[in-house]
Amino acid sequence: MTGKTITITSGKGGVGKTTVTVNLAVGLGLRGKKVVCIDGDIGLRNMDVILGLENRIVYDIVDVVEGRCRLKQAMIRDKRLPDLFLVPASQTRDKNSITPEAMIRLCEEIKSEFDYVLIDSPAGIEQGFKNAIAPADQIFVVTNPEVSAVRDADRIIGLIEAEEKGPASLIINRINSAMVNRGDMLTQNDVNELLAIDLIGLIPEDENVIISTNKGSPIAFEGKSKAGRAFLNLAARVEGDMIPFNEIEGKDNFLEKVRKLFG
Amino acid sequence: MGFWNKENQSRSSTTAKERLKFVLVHDRTDLSLEKLDQIKNEILEVISRHIDIDPESVVIDIQHDGREQKLIADIPIKNPRRK
Repeated sequence: MTGKTITITSGKGGVGKTTVTVNLAVGLGLRGKKVVCIDGDIGLRNMDVILGLENRIVYDIVDVVEGRCRLKQAMIRDKRLPDLFLVPASQTRDKNSITPEAMIRLCEEIKSEFDYVLIDSPAGIEQGFKNAIAPADQIFVVTNPEVSAVRDADRIIGLIEAEEKGPASLIINRINSAMVNRGDMLTQNDVNELLAIDLIGLIPEDENVIISTNKGSPIAFEGKSKAGRAFLNLAARVEGDMIPFNEIEGKDNFLEKVRKLFG
Repeated sequence: MGFWNKENQSRSSTTAKERLKFVLVHDRTDLSLEKLDQIKNEILEVISRHIDIDPESVVIDIQHDGREQKLIADIPIKNPRRK
């Protein structure tokens, strides 16, 4: 089996990279795919708590790279999906021990047995970002419909092109449809036009994301929630399904629904 | 859809988009406004040596086409003399 490595990055911090990575992983897992998530944010480990696996960690990615354990020993199996694994970041060790070459070797090893390797990149444009994109077959850039996030996303997209890792695909996270409809938030078309790369995910703002994160159970397990459904759509698009981008309830979408109801 | 909406909407998103357009063009090209002005003056100087142009009506700007940036110059020629 030869899987695919997808790196999720953003430039700006706090836009929801880890949430997107974890929920995409769950979405792919629910489709029966074998998935490994790698937390690339050395020193600021977080993916474990988002997945609710924080009390199972023994070894981390730095232990693997430095040969203190085998890869399989650092892979933590998800509680709900038997083919979903996490390779945690180290919380204390020196992040300089990881190199792009080490990441490429690691991902090659995983890809031989799994369908997907998802790497959650740290924010910024430093070494951690370079390590995270080195093994990528595909890169997703996460942004929010907000000026600083879009600006940083543009910078990252430029760097990805310069590294000849492009073209990246775009995920717009946390769109508030009420604000969009009253003209106080950039629309998906605005962001898409400004950044000029293909859109692959559109995630509405949904307070259920925080609630599910509180519990350590990713929102993608709740396919009926707005954000959950959007993450399942993202996973379907990654798998090549043609899913229309109708995650955001616009005025037009609402009218469409009324029309369908009566038509 | 209401006919009063257009007036009432604050439309801060339009401002955000315009500001971002400007910022992204300059981020991508690493060109400041001063630098662009300097380029414009130098181009005008060279062209003025050969043809008569009105510096006031010249527009030189960066536009983007997808992720590609283009320097677009619009330089009208003044009083074309016929011989």
